[in-house]
Amino acid sequence: MAREEIVEGLAEILEEVAGVNPEDVAEEKSFTEELDVDSLSMVEVVVAAEEKFGVKIPDDEVQNLRTVGDAVSFIEKAQAAL
Amino acid sequence: MSNADVVVTGLGATTPLGGDVASTWAGLLAGRSGVGPLTQDWAAQLTVRIAAQLAEDPSTKLDRIKARRMDRSEQVAVVASREAWTDAGLDDVEVDRGRLGVVVGSGIGGATTLLAQDDILEQHGPRKVSPHTIPMLMPNGPAAWVGLTFGAQAGVHAPTSACATGAEAIAWGLDMIRSGRADVVIAGGVEAVIHPLPMAGFGSMRAMSIRNDDPERASRPWDTDRDGFVLGEGAGVVILERAEHAAARGAKVYARLSGSGMTSDGYDIVQPDPEGVGQARAMTQAIKEAGLTKQDIGHVNAHATSTPVGDIAEVKSIEAAVGHHPVLTAPKSMLGHLLGAAGAVESIVTILSVHHQLIPPTINLDVPDPGLTLEVVTGEPRKMHLDAALNNSFGFGGHNVALLFTRA
Repeated sequence: MAREEIVEGLAEILEEVAGVNPEDVAEEKSFTEELDVDSLSMVEVVVAAEEKFGVKIPDDEVQNLRTVGDAVSFIEKAQAAL
Repeated sequence: MSNADVVVTGLGATTPLGGDVASTWAGLLAGRSGVGPLTQDWAAQLTVRIAAQLAEDPSTKLDRIKARRMDRSEQVAVVASREAWTDAGLDDVEVDRGRLGVVVGSGIGGATTLLAQDDILEQHGPRKVSPHTIPMLMPNGPAAWVGLTFGAQAGVHAPTSACATGAEAIAWGLDMIRSGRADVVIAGGVEAVIHPLPMAGFGSMRAMSIRNDDPERASRPWDTDRDGFVLGEGAGVVILERAEHAAARGAKVYARLSGSGMTSDGYDIVQPDPEGVGQARAMTQAIKEAGLTKQDIGHVNAHATSTPVGDIAEVKSIEAAVGHHPVLTAPKSMLGHLLGAAGAVESIVTILSVHHQLIPPTINLDVPDPGLTLEVVTGEPRKMHLDAALNNSFGFGGHNVALLFTRA
């Protein structure tokens, strides 16, 4: 899956669970500071992303996913390992 | 306890008759039933397939993301509170948040969230359970959301006394002001549990009407053909205010909340004491607290759920505590039984009766039970001089609450 496709998929999830405008979603944006995703919503984002991209995102990995780009890289790598 | 006068300056409701107070009141005056068939797939397997569902989906009046994080009982709490706040003219007034309290209860809480998330747990495992589950199911959730919405800092409380909850919340709101802890209290009750489990639970108790083929006529307090209550959902919220506080800002006043009575039966977990002794004591307390006599009470908004035992026990208790002169009405004939919201929505009905000097009728009272020895308003609304009226609310567990509203 191309990185842009993953960003697009994450934007859909962020809009659905946290009301984030898809136009605001870009790789360099941080979830909590710039996109205003709170901790409970982040849990929802992770669970929805696992389903959408067919990957596992362990709980102790979530704290490393500061930006959208971090999440995209993790998903890309996890998909490649499948 | 101070002798502070407490007045009602704002009203908010979302009910089976309408999404606000005006449409609910109009429905009641028109004698319209809010009861209808349940068309959800799950209803087919149930014995009871009717309910009084909300006329308007509360989530349409909320920000989508906020609504998603709220149980339906929390949604109605916020929607009704906003209406009451605006109605009280508080949108443009500086209210001291340290003197603003909330008392909003529910009878059952976020049961639909609990059950839906349990289904997810069973089918998809614990990881899929929503992180919003706990704040959505906790019984203080509706009160907490109302507190957050208005920044209340004098205290946020959530009484739970089954079907007396809404009235009990208003009684605690009165005490909060009289004890000097608040100037303004947002008080009321909510409930939204039209879901197969509560429906089946009440159904197994044989407490609900099974008049599935004639929903509009199913809720019939005091009628010989009554066969149980009809489950409803909704919210009622009032703004209570220290009279001096309301006067200082030139607020309009609907009525005075002059007294409350709260007692318990100590008799049975679900049946009321058939002689209505504890209920009568609640009414007597409210009258005494208001410094009135029973002769002053012109009207009783009855709890009257349409169950065979409860309806007549209440008539006996009214006779004992107030006498034969008050006229009665039973809004549950139209609204169904809103459980934790019932006492709050019916307080609003009582307040409007005092305010407009007009009592809505009771519907479906075709052949009165011989035990009904008091006059009930039927057919048309009754225009009458009304200085003082009681609202009764009773709940499983033997909770009895009576609120006394007087003309402002």
